[in-house]
Amino acid sequence: FAGLADVSISGDIPVEGEITVPVGSRSPDEDYSTLDEPVKDTIMRDLKAVGKKFVHVMYPKKSSALLRDWDLWGPLVLCVSLALMLQGGSADSKDDGGPQFAEVFVIIWFGAVVITLNSKLLGGTISFFQSLCVLGYCIMPLTVAMLVCRLVLLAGSGTISFIIRLIVVVAMFGWSTLASTAFLADSQPPNRKGLVVYPIFLFYFVISWMILTFTPQ
Amino acid sequence: VVGPHSGGAEWALTLSTPAQGGGSAVIDMENMDDTSGSSFEDMGEMHQRMKEEEEEEGEAGAAEEEDGEFLGMKGLRGQLGRQVADQMWQVGKRQATRAFSLYANIDILRPYFDVEPIQVRARLMESMIPVKMINFPQKIAGELYGPLMLVFTLVAILLHGMKTSDTIIREGTLMGTAIGTCFGYWLGVSSFIYFLAYLCNAQITMVQMLSLLGYGLFGHCITLFVTYNIHFHSLFYIFWLGVGGLSTLRMVAVLVSRTVGHTQRLILCGTLAALHMLFLLYLHFAYHKVVEGILDTLEGPNMPPFQRVARDIPVVSNAVLNTTAKAIAL
Repeated sequence: FAGLADVSISGDIPVEGEITVPVGSRSPDEDYSTLDEPVKDTIMRDLKAVGKKFVHVMYPKKSSALLRDWDLWGPLVLCVSLALMLQGGSADSKDDGGPQFAEVFVIIWFGAVVITLNSKLLGGTISFFQSLCVLGYCIMPLTVAMLVCRLVLLAGSGTISFIIRLIVVVAMFGWSTLASTAFLADSQPPNRKGLVVYPIFLFYFVISWMILTFTPQ
Repeated sequence: VVGPHSGGAEWALTLSTPAQGGGSAVIDMENMDDTSGSSFEDMGEMHQRMKEEEEEEGEAGAAEEEDGEFLGMKGLRGQLGRQVADQMWQVGKRQATRAFSLYANIDILRPYFDVEPIQVRARLMESMIPVKMINFPQKIAGELYGPLMLVFTLVAILLHGMKTSDTIIREGTLMGTAIGTCFGYWLGVSSFIYFLAYLCNAQITMVQMLSLLGYGLFGHCITLFVTYNIHFHSLFYIFWLGVGGLSTLRMVAVLVSRTVGHTQRLILCGTLAALHMLFLLYLHFAYHKVVEGILDTLEGPNMPPFQRVARDIPVVSNAVLNTTAKAIAL
């Protein structure tokens, strides 16, 4: 800036306008500067975005908000909470018969990656992370089902509790599949929707099965 | 490029080969992905490219400045060395990126997933019907969607079977075992039979073999789905011979139609038939073997209580006992 030291502006000319910097040195997500705001604002904005997506999953109508601003916070939180709740069940402590934390984690992410690859290979127009985002958010009904199952199992583990758990898990499984289909199937050519829906059905079926057969120690 | 022909009335259309993406032979799908304008990967790539250009400009400028300021042989040599290293790194990185975008592109697999649901359904039905005409090479569709979905379905069914029988896996996890078994069978046996086919001069490609074996797993899925829920041994054997046999016969017939020579046909088809049928047997018994134990304990309370019957103790031992007792009492 040595050359600017001797620039003088006469006092009666108002200087106004925008100082714009060239595109190259601007970081990608700074249409507005977010560095100076308080941390609470940043966190609240992200939380609101995540919350809005949860609402979209609860009432799955066709909207592009979930697809446009994808994020992976929601799927991460859901996956971790589901894996934590599924831990430590169904066998004595010597042998590990129940799903471990890492197992559930790997199943969810590996399954989501496979479904995304499959839908891309079948000619889908959705991007990789958008698909991961949708599949992750649609695990929410199953996480709710897991919570309900655990509460029901606290009360007892007889036939009636099994029937209640079965009904809840089947309902939530249907909800998850419908929700994710509403978002994902539109990005496919119309005659191939069935080919994309089947792996999603299988994926949520495996997760529902793990939830239904969970017996606490 | 469209240009007017010398005749004036005709237009000659020449297509220039699109040279995008640094000469990669496959169309880079990231450039055609319309809906991912705001996605992270594209921004990342753009940012990376701009950073690289900036770095190159910055380096050139910095090198010139520093050369002018730090005179002396040591500074110059260090600077030169650093530049050479940097250039080699750039070239290497560019080559690696190009190779990666060429080989790790999933579009290589795209033609194998080009199916309609009707076709998949038709092929599933056909996989249970053995062909009669074995003198003419039968057509095998080189498609991977159906086989992949069937393998995943088999994994799900295995999980269901293991859970209902409370199979306990000591070293490893339930899910890992199921996935490893199914994918291992599909990929491993396909490769082995492809190798044998190569030895026996059969006309089949790897993708066709994967597809054939994958669709052959449809019979396994049906059998296991039924017999994991209805526990009768005789039912399983009927399904094993009937359903498993049908799908094996279909695979064998297709392979026979593509091989010449009796010995070769025998080797190839014998191996495939044996492996396929034995795999079904293995899946039923290894992943469901605890069922018998559970059935027995369930029937326990219905059995008559253990009868206490007085045994006929032989006279000899009775006498020995009495003598010993007398001897001790003394």
